[in-house]
Amino acid sequence: MEAQTPTARRHWLVEFYGSTVGKKWVMAITGVILMGFVVFHMIGNLKVFVPPVDGELEINLYGEWLRSVLFPALPHYVFLWILRLGLIVATVLHVEAMISLTRRNAAAKPQGYTKQEFQAASYASRTMRLTGPLVLAFVIFHLADLTWGIAPFNPDFIHGDVANNLTASLTRAGWVFFYAVANIALGYHLWHGLWSMFQSLGLNNPRYNAARRLFAQAVTVIVVGGNLLILAGVFFGFAPGI
Amino acid sequence: MKVTLRIWRQPGPEADGGFEEHDVDGINEEMSFLEMMDILNDRLVEGGGEPIEFESDCREGICGTCNLVIDGVPHGPQLGTATCQLHMRKFSDGARITVEPWRAAGFPMIKDLIVDRTHLDDIVAAGGYISVNTGSAPDANLMPVAKSVADTAFDAAACIGCGACVAACPNGAAHLFTAAKVAHLNLLPQGQPERYRRVEAMVEEMDQWFGSCTNHGECETACPQSISIDFIAMMNRDYVKSKFKNRRLLSQTN
Ligand code: HEM
Ligand code: SF4
Ligand code: FES
Repeated sequence: MEAQTPTARRHWLVEFYGSTVGKKWVMAITGVILMGFVVFHMIGNLKVFVPPVDGELEINLYGEWLRSVLFPALPHYVFLWILRLGLIVATVLHVEAMISLTRRNAAAKPQGYTKQEFQAASYASRTMRLTGPLVLAFVIFHLADLTWGIAPFNPDFIHGDVANNLTASLTRAGWVFFYAVANIALGYHLWHGLWSMFQSLGLNNPRYNAARRLFAQAVTVIVVGGNLLILAGVFFGFAPGI
Repeated sequence: MKVTLRIWRQPGPEADGGFEEHDVDGINEEMSFLEMMDILNDRLVEGGGEPIEFESDCREGICGTCNLVIDGVPHGPQLGTATCQLHMRKFSDGARITVEPWRAAGFPMIKDLIVDRTHLDDIVAAGGYISVNTGSAPDANLMPVAKSVADTAFDAAACIGCGACVAACPNGAAHLFTAAKVAHLNLLPQGQPERYRRVEAMVEEMDQWFGSCTNHGECETACPQSISIDFIAMMNRDYVKSKFKNRRLLSQTN
């Protein structure tokens, strides 16, 4: 790698984000935010398993509630958009850090070994740069399918009728297959990422180090298991709440 | 016993390199890997050829110069030791062994199996020291250090600067080396006055030459001193703390 000519001291935040340690810290913080999202998204969608009360589908009530959190203090959608903006900013930072670090790493290791025998790196850790972009591609597809309801993705989409939209989309075998593959990719991403973030944040203490792996594995199993269960429930028609 | 070496040769930094095969027979399994290489070189010289260039000095695991990637693993298949501590009994008779140099952009090639590890020294020069007035040595135990802290600092100080961590890292990152050098001083009372300046200077120097850590953990397994990646977490923590620290409160310990 070419040495960068030392410049006058830059703003501390520029220096911080310019360093490999600072960028990984940002990846970890944004990763925690995105983890929070996938956990709550999964829990929210488990409503498809709640049987309707008085003909009211809880999943639709839940969708309605998301649009009106803090109403009437805030107009409809405002709080939801604050959350969405947070997620957009987190995603942009996470991806920007990934791209610049990937470039740096490729420059720092121009040539590998004829046969490298990995001793510690896991399949999950070595595929972060594949599972991440796959999850991003899936998220965009998923938004087109179930948030925006763009015609070629979900022709029978009805704005606000979550139960209808879910059934319309996830009874197509091809769609369900892609959703399942993307969730498994997310699982690999979380399996390594949710452990790795502790290292990036400097959270290392012999008293709880063993629990860090356990945390990553438990969250992964819960998120991916929950999402796959929802997929199966809709596809095979055993979810009473839609 | 007899082994076949598939070994990297490269006449100079800019020259093209490639693998060369050599059968080495009549060796004894009590020999060290480097002794086997010495025998091969003696035979090459006797035959009028050029010996294979590799570095070694102490041959007891403390100088960090004997840097070979053997069958895809820095310092070879025996974990927790340097190449010079590896013996031929670890290989089976007739084995075909691939030997390559450290590979990383931060380690420019010199010749054959020797690379230039000066950038590791640059990282130490950036902050891997304490500034003290010289004079007679202070009395031992004048400055109390908790046993657990002394032990941890000593674990970090065990780093021999070989660079196997960089060689093993798919990202060519030097985080384990840098973290060991940072932790060794940042844990001890003598290192406190320069603690934050040190971690910033060393990380930013490291970033000039090496890649970034993705927490694969390959470095820790390749390290002949088995230095733990716990130190990388400590370095990350100190670096982030340093960036956010109110400088006027620097001498407060917490
Ligand atoms: C739901 C979405 C996502 C979640 C929950 C998530 C979570 C995480 C977490 C917790 C880490 C560990 C950070 C660390 O080691 O400090 C991580 C790392 C990573 N993420 Fe994501 N991520 C998500 C989406 C993405 C996307 C969309 C991409 C790329 C397009 C991506 C690419 C990466 C890469 C390449 C790493 C490894 C970074 C490195 O070690 O240098 N992630 N992710
Ligand atoms: S940390 Fe281990 S592998 Fe890295 S330079 Fe020090 S002794 Fe060698
Ligand atoms: S020759 Fe000194 S560590 Fe191997």
